[in-house]
Amino acid sequence: MTSITDILKEVRYMEKPHNALEQLKVRPWVTRMTNRISGYMASVRDRRMRAVVHPFWVIVQKEIADHVRSWRFNVLLFLILLTCFGSLYTSITNLMEETAKSKDDNDPFFFLKLFTLSDGTLPPFHVFIGFLGPLLGIGLGFDAINSEQQAGTLSRIMAQPIHRDYLINAKFTAALMVIGIMFFSLGFLVMGFGMVIIGIPPTAEEFLRVVFFLLLSVLYVAFWLNLSVLLSIRFRQAATSALTAIAIWLFFTVFYQIIVNLIARALMPSGAVSPQQLVGYEQFILNLMRIVPSQLYTDATTTLLVPSVRSLGPLTMEQAYGAIPSPLPLGQSLMIVWPQLTGLIAATVVCFALSYVSFMRREIRSR
Amino acid sequence: MHIIDLKGLTKRYGNFVAVDNLDLTIQKGEVFGLLGPNGAGKSTTILMMLGLTEPTAGEVRVCGIDSTVNPIEVKRRVGYLPDDVGFYEHLSGRENLLYTARLNRLSWLEAEARVDRLLQRVGLQDAASKKAGKYSRGMRQRLGLADVLVKNPEVIILDEPTLGIDPLGVREFLELIVTLSREEHITVLLSSHHLHQVQQVCDRVGIFVAGKLLAQGNIAALSKALFSDGEPYIIEAGINAGGNAGAAEALLSSLRQLAGVVSVQFDEGSLRIGSTHDVTADVARAVVLSGLGLKRLSIKEYGLDDIYNRYFEGGEVYGKTA
Repeated sequence: MTSITDILKEVRYMEKPHNALEQLKVRPWVTRMTNRISGYMASVRDRRMRAVVHPFWVIVQKEIADHVRSWRFNVLLFLILLTCFGSLYTSITNLMEETAKSKDDNDPFFFLKLFTLSDGTLPPFHVFIGFLGPLLGIGLGFDAINSEQQAGTLSRIMAQPIHRDYLINAKFTAALMVIGIMFFSLGFLVMGFGMVIIGIPPTAEEFLRVVFFLLLSVLYVAFWLNLSVLLSIRFRQAATSALTAIAIWLFFTVFYQIIVNLIARALMPSGAVSPQQLVGYEQFILNLMRIVPSQLYTDATTTLLVPSVRSLGPLTMEQAYGAIPSPLPLGQSLMIVWPQLTGLIAATVVCFALSYVSFMRREIRSR
Repeated sequence: MHIIDLKGLTKRYGNFVAVDNLDLTIQKGEVFGLLGPNGAGKSTTILMMLGLTEPTAGEVRVCGIDSTVNPIEVKRRVGYLPDDVGFYEHLSGRENLLYTARLNRLSWLEAEARVDRLLQRVGLQDAASKKAGKYSRGMRQRLGLADVLVKNPEVIILDEPTLGIDPLGVREFLELIVTLSREEHITVLLSSHHLHQVQQVCDRVGIFVAGKLLAQGNIAALSKALFSDGEPYIIEAGINAGGNAGAAEALLSSLRQLAGVVSVQFDEGSLRIGSTHDVTADVARAVVLSGLGLKRLSIKEYGLDDIYNRYFEGGEVYGKTA
């Protein structure tokens, strides 16, 4: 029996890396283990080579490979990485001042400030994602179908024994997977950096809030992705569909607010009105704003990332009276954003259904 | 059993009738040429065979399967090369084929083996790792043929496969198709508006104008069907009259009395005889009996060109009425 001291001696000897390597080469159990591992890897590879993959996943694989290799995606990724680290930088520099100023030692959601804090020079992380997310979705989807039509590959692929919807479903799945992986790795990177820099780990609730925020962002991008896929089916030219998608995005982010403001001014109740009327008016304007997906997204993210937000509509004095000025638990925050979430999902599903129907009924000719 | 069976197939786009009540059967293993001018409805018919568009009326059965109801099963057995086929330009030719192979549920190992064999077969083994975007037109077409063959099809449908390839490339391509059809017993349906190419490779030809199949059969049958009213055979002879005008006159009158001869023309030593059937032997005997020298004797059969032109005249009329 080898004694403990023997093992300890061996371990001490192995502390120096070159010694350890030397020893590993001569130990029989090491070679046995490496042989077994490489044998296992070979059998896995062999099985994968022999396996018949469902055509749907073949398309997904190809689409993901295309996205990841494309210039377009890499430029967008670079842009998002840049803004992500920019906002991380501003939030961390402000975090120091903020904590010094507030003197509130036991802010339970200190870590979330990483995602929301800004000094006004650069918007915080979630606003950036809200702004660039649509661009990403549009970028990944605007030529999904029409570029294949233009290149003459669509009719060739459709002549293979696959169902027609595999193609759009797979394209959607692939883009969604790429976006999901990207957002989650970005979000976790920001968390990791924040942890390293400020030295405070997130609580479980904060972590969950960030995860929900990332899920929501993926969903939001999925909406824009579906919209651009729909346009790519509708328009034969990739440029037309890209421009239309960007036009819709611009309309919703810039002009829609102006139009709502105009309507608000026209409908403004004049003189003496009852509080009920005033609340109804406010509610109406708010609902008009909420037609826009970006508004839904902003509402939902702020509620998730700023736990002290307790309502997204107007609150009367009676409702606010007696409320304890403490942050909401995660479940309650989720309850508040539930309508927003459903709205986003509904918009995504509508776009998807429209593209599905128009693609299924389409006659596929070459070029 | 017929491998392709179309019954009363009709496709309308609004008021425009693209395919009009088409009946067509194709036997297993034959090379069938669908010949017609642009916009005759050839591509639409092919799309309906593959279930890529739905017929307004009628029935399509390919390999005994209804293409409208069960297109997947049809597409498993039928390879389709669209006109102006496209490939993913950022992938190499081999990668493009591997993708198709895997869409046809081949494992990676099988796919690699089959793709490499086919690339060899179409002569693209040296360009296999080149990006498909850098392929020439002829190479792309050959890659398209390999792409069609990846699924081991029973039927291949080629839509204008020779468009835009140089003459040498066309000949090689067509030879490749014929060899494939003979060796692997693949039924080939080839649509084209190039008569000579169709004549070169097809066992049977269908002439397709304005959504209607005007005639079908092999070239001889077609010419017979078409020119039965007039002179399907033209016999030309060179005669050495040598100033013997009387003998020539006698020959002409004896020729006119031959059964089946419709017209006789004589012009400076050359005879042109139009007839309803092959009367070459009788003409030769008459010339020899007349004592004149026979320098040459030839019979001219109608080619697809003449057939096509004849039908195309009809097509113009159809074009006006449609």
